[in-house]
Amino acid sequence: MANQIAQAIAAGILGGGVYALMAAGLTLIFGVLDIINVAQGIFVVLGAYLSYVLSVHLHIDLFVGLLITVPSMFIIGIVIYWLFIRPLRGAERTSMTLLACFAVALIIEGILYREFGSNYVSLKAWYTTKSVHVFGFYLPVIYVLGFALAVVAIGLIYLMLYRTKFGRAVRATMQNPTAARLVGIDVNRVAALTFGVGTAVTAIGGMVFGAISGGFTPNSGYDLISRLLAIVILAGMGSIGGALVAAVFMTTAEAVVDIWQPTWSVAVFYLAMVIILTVRPQGIFGRAGVRAQ
Amino acid sequence: MKFAAALPSQRQAVAQVAGVLVLIAAAVVFPLVFTNPTVTNFAVITLIFVCVASAWNLFSGFSGYLSLGHAVFYGTGAYFLVVAAKDWNVSGVAVFWLLPLAGLVAAIVAVPLGLIALRVRRHTFVVITIAFFFIAQLAASNLKVTGGSSGLLPPVPNFAPATFNDPFYYLALVMAVLTVAVAWQVRRSRFGLQLRAIRDDEDRAAGLGVRTMPVKLAALVLSAFITGMAGGLWVFFIGEAFPQFVFDPLFDLAVVFMAFFGGLGTLAGPVLGALVLEPAQLYLNLQGGNGYESEILFGALFLVVILFLPRGVIPTGGEYLRAYRARLDRSKEDSSESEMAADSAGTSVKGGVS
Repeated sequence: MANQIAQAIAAGILGGGVYALMAAGLTLIFGVLDIINVAQGIFVVLGAYLSYVLSVHLHIDLFVGLLITVPSMFIIGIVIYWLFIRPLRGAERTSMTLLACFAVALIIEGILYREFGSNYVSLKAWYTTKSVHVFGFYLPVIYVLGFALAVVAIGLIYLMLYRTKFGRAVRATMQNPTAARLVGIDVNRVAALTFGVGTAVTAIGGMVFGAISGGFTPNSGYDLISRLLAIVILAGMGSIGGALVAAVFMTTAEAVVDIWQPTWSVAVFYLAMVIILTVRPQGIFGRAGVRAQ
Repeated sequence: MKFAAALPSQRQAVAQVAGVLVLIAAAVVFPLVFTNPTVTNFAVITLIFVCVASAWNLFSGFSGYLSLGHAVFYGTGAYFLVVAAKDWNVSGVAVFWLLPLAGLVAAIVAVPLGLIALRVRRHTFVVITIAFFFIAQLAASNLKVTGGSSGLLPPVPNFAPATFNDPFYYLALVMAVLTVAVAWQVRRSRFGLQLRAIRDDEDRAAGLGVRTMPVKLAALVLSAFITGMAGGLWVFFIGEAFPQFVFDPLFDLAVVFMAFFGGLGTLAGPVLGALVLEPAQLYLNLQGGNGYESEILFGALFLVVILFLPRGVIPTGGEYLRAYRARLDRSKEDSSESEMAADSAGTSVKGGVS
């Protein structure tokens, strides 16, 4: 039993890495653009299908394929931002952008159904079926590789945010868009690139998700986005570090509960969120006045 | 000028009342003229959506708290009706008497959800309503009382096949008219004014003495009551309850879209949205067998409305109409006022020079 729990915790932490990456993208977009990208879930699924196409039809390795899918998702993100998000202004912007993202998600979901149907597919490679024996645990190789990849990607995001001029502009925009504009930051450009980066991480997230989940369909986006939203709400919207902690906590808790209650383990996500919100409405790591409400 | 627009003249008010009466009369004779069951079937579902969209608007449109979780109340009402009819052995017309109870149960569910969700605003509120929706869907697919994913069947009423839809139609019509009437009364009441004050600036409203939490919660509970009743009627009408249809994420989006399409926060907007969009959606589903085509079209149409008619058909149409009238008035008065205008222009130029 104890070994089973330890095993679940290990798998939860490793699986949490990829959720942390996807949630970091979501919360980054929220922090800079002040919008909830509810299309993030379907972006992940789209990223997974891109990897699927590359590996099945062109026989490109999943990790090598990222060299193609990450830039593709980056461009898709920027195009969607430019066409559908940027034109929305005014008092109702909050709800409008959210609904626009929802509409984009529907369109992408419809296109994926059209192209791939509703059958489950999964990403396969030698490392998705093999396990390694580490510290007495049997862990699938893809969990370890996926976690390492997520850590590298999150590290790169942090480097970008704290070591580059662009990152400084991003953080300035997060703190105060008006002041950022006043000191000469092109806020529109920062917003577009941030949306692109936030979307590009879903290519990595999608690849790992497609390989570690038993299989996915275009419908998987709903399940993903509900988990991701629970994570960023629990963490406090706009807090990247918080999203990392919350993601790992959530997936670990789910994996542990899953030992006894497989059907209800997903509810852990929502229950944790509801409990936290009744005590602390701004989330664990959120500041009360991140944005004037 | 603005004041005059806010108080419509007597003639306009009479025209509005006449328009509403004509619309209701047309709705009453509709099933007598169109007896095709497919058409009346569409009509029943459309009227149910008139109820739901108006009820949603009563909360979200007036208060500005965008709920993407109304399917929770709809589904609660639906499942309550099915389970209660089964457990209490209610069948036939008597099932209709369970509808107010279904609404009540949905309203009771709304209280704790509201107490949790209404403490946060904007994005966070929306996201929490989405989360509630997913909890409800998860519960419905796994609980014993809902029959899990194998679903439940409500009792089938023994109405004559030829006019099977008619009782549902008239009940849905009564509910739709009552819902709009309630929304109208709320809008012109002190309660409605408080809601709109919250929408415009909640902190200021609180500062001015609006007890925001009870007001928001009351609106949500009222909205949930109507939505729950509509859900009960819907499930009794379609005759099956599966978790993925009773708790459908597209339901939430469709309702929001209807309100946005017609005009958020207006009375006629959600009605117009439901009357246009729901038949269109049903027709598309009937025509193209695969769901994805209507899904893509629905998303694209939604984007078009958001980008080009952001305030909805009715407010934007009203603006065009007012602009048109103003132009007519101007052209009438142009000849008499042109001298005066030239005069004042001359003065201002002189003033500028000196």
